[in-house]
Amino acid sequence: MGLAVLLALIVAPEDADQGISQRIFYIHVPIALTAYFCFGLGALKALLLLWRGDERYDLESYVAIHQGTIFGSLTLVTGALWAKASWGVWWTWDSNQLVLFLVLFLFYCAYFMLRFSLPEGARRARSSAVYALFGVVLIPVSFLAIRLAEDFIHPTVFTREGPQMSGSMFLTFVVSWSAVTLLAYVLYRVELTGKRIDRDLRELREVLS
Amino acid sequence: MSYVSDVTALASKDLKVELRARDTLPAMLLFVLSTLVVFRFALPSDTQDDAAYGLLWVAIVFTALLGLSRAWVPEQEHGVLDALVLAPCDRSAIWLGKTLATLLFLLAAQVVALPAFALFFAPLDATAIAGVLLADIGICVVGSLLAAMAAASRARELLLPLLVLPLSIPLVIGGVGAAVSADGERFLLFLALYDAVFAVLSWASFEYVVTE
Amino acid sequence: MSQGEYVAAVYGVVFVVVLVYVAIMAAKLVRLEREMAELLELARRRAATALTDEPVPTA
Repeated sequence: MGLAVLLALIVAPEDADQGISQRIFYIHVPIALTAYFCFGLGALKALLLLWRGDERYDLESYVAIHQGTIFGSLTLVTGALWAKASWGVWWTWDSNQLVLFLVLFLFYCAYFMLRFSLPEGARRARSSAVYALFGVVLIPVSFLAIRLAEDFIHPTVFTREGPQMSGSMFLTFVVSWSAVTLLAYVLYRVELTGKRIDRDLRELREVLS
Repeated sequence: MSYVSDVTALASKDLKVELRARDTLPAMLLFVLSTLVVFRFALPSDTQDDAAYGLLWVAIVFTALLGLSRAWVPEQEHGVLDALVLAPCDRSAIWLGKTLATLLFLLAAQVVALPAFALFFAPLDATAIAGVLLADIGICVVGSLLAAMAAASRARELLLPLLVLPLSIPLVIGGVGAAVSADGERFLLFLALYDAVFAVLSWASFEYVVTE
Repeated sequence: MSQGEYVAAVYGVVFVVVLVYVAIMAAKLVRLEREMAELLELARRRAATALTDEPVPTA
């Protein structure tokens, strides 16, 4: 875990010829991609739960979405900082990705509200799973909607002057992407194991007392 | 054939309950009208039409939420839902019946709301009205499933708007786009796509939400 | 703020969030450990009483 953080921090700043704010790219984009990946994983586990009816997928789906939400809020914060650094404003509705993440953030916060207000059991597992599936469908749908919305909210299409990635920049990007993915995976395993032990202990306590 | 008759039986049951009790529809009507009046004073008087269309959509979404939050209350109060789930009909028919009934209520509210909007604020063209219709379908399709989820929870009236609002953002974008944009057909197409995708998803997943 | 400081802020935020996450996990681990010890104690006591009680009815 520490190795992954170090890797992301040390390897990423090796390349700064595009102005220093470009460096945010190396952490912002991998985190955003990882958040998508976590949401996708959560929906996949949700689908498996509905399909196979195996209870253990419930916890896996929940933990993956929890990870996704953490990485999603990190994306929002780093995105806002990046917007401030390169465009001079904290928030811009021009950036499709940021707006999409805001929608997803709201959606998945509601997921936790749903989960914590339903009584525990198979029905809660399936309801959460259905909602998680809705989320993964919502991603492309709202992306499309936000794309479409550009032409009436903001008529001039904002083109971010993204410099072409050179070889070493691409390498840095790939390295930090895999580091963040690794970090997410390790955190996922740790949290999942913790939740499972928690559940088992509770069961054990019931058996013993 | 029997699927269709199940659906119509369930939907007409809801309509009959509503006709007898008159719980939901008058509330929706009054709500949408008072919202429009409140918006009239919330807007500066020299506002452009475009902003008013946005407010129409806020009114529509909240009216739909009002209807949806009542959608499963009769079933919940009398414990009918469990009996319906056990009944020998396809469970998705329950969802479709509820969706149709809610859609009818919402459309009835809009029969009043849209002319009122045109009178108070700005004219509505055919594309805008088509956008409203398509978005109504979308919000009822998604909402009746989510309302069934929320009905099982401790905080059902509180939870439903939280669940529905993020999912209705694309609908609002599509609806406002259809009313405002010069190229409204693209937004209608998008709304139809949304309806189709989420209708299939809700239709397929309703069974998992209501069975114990 | 200069651009460099924003870059530092971004990396700092990410680092702090991960740190907080790990800290929460660590706290949880401590709690789990304590519960585990409690249950182990309970199980041991149960086993001890079972051993002393068991022979009585047969004798």
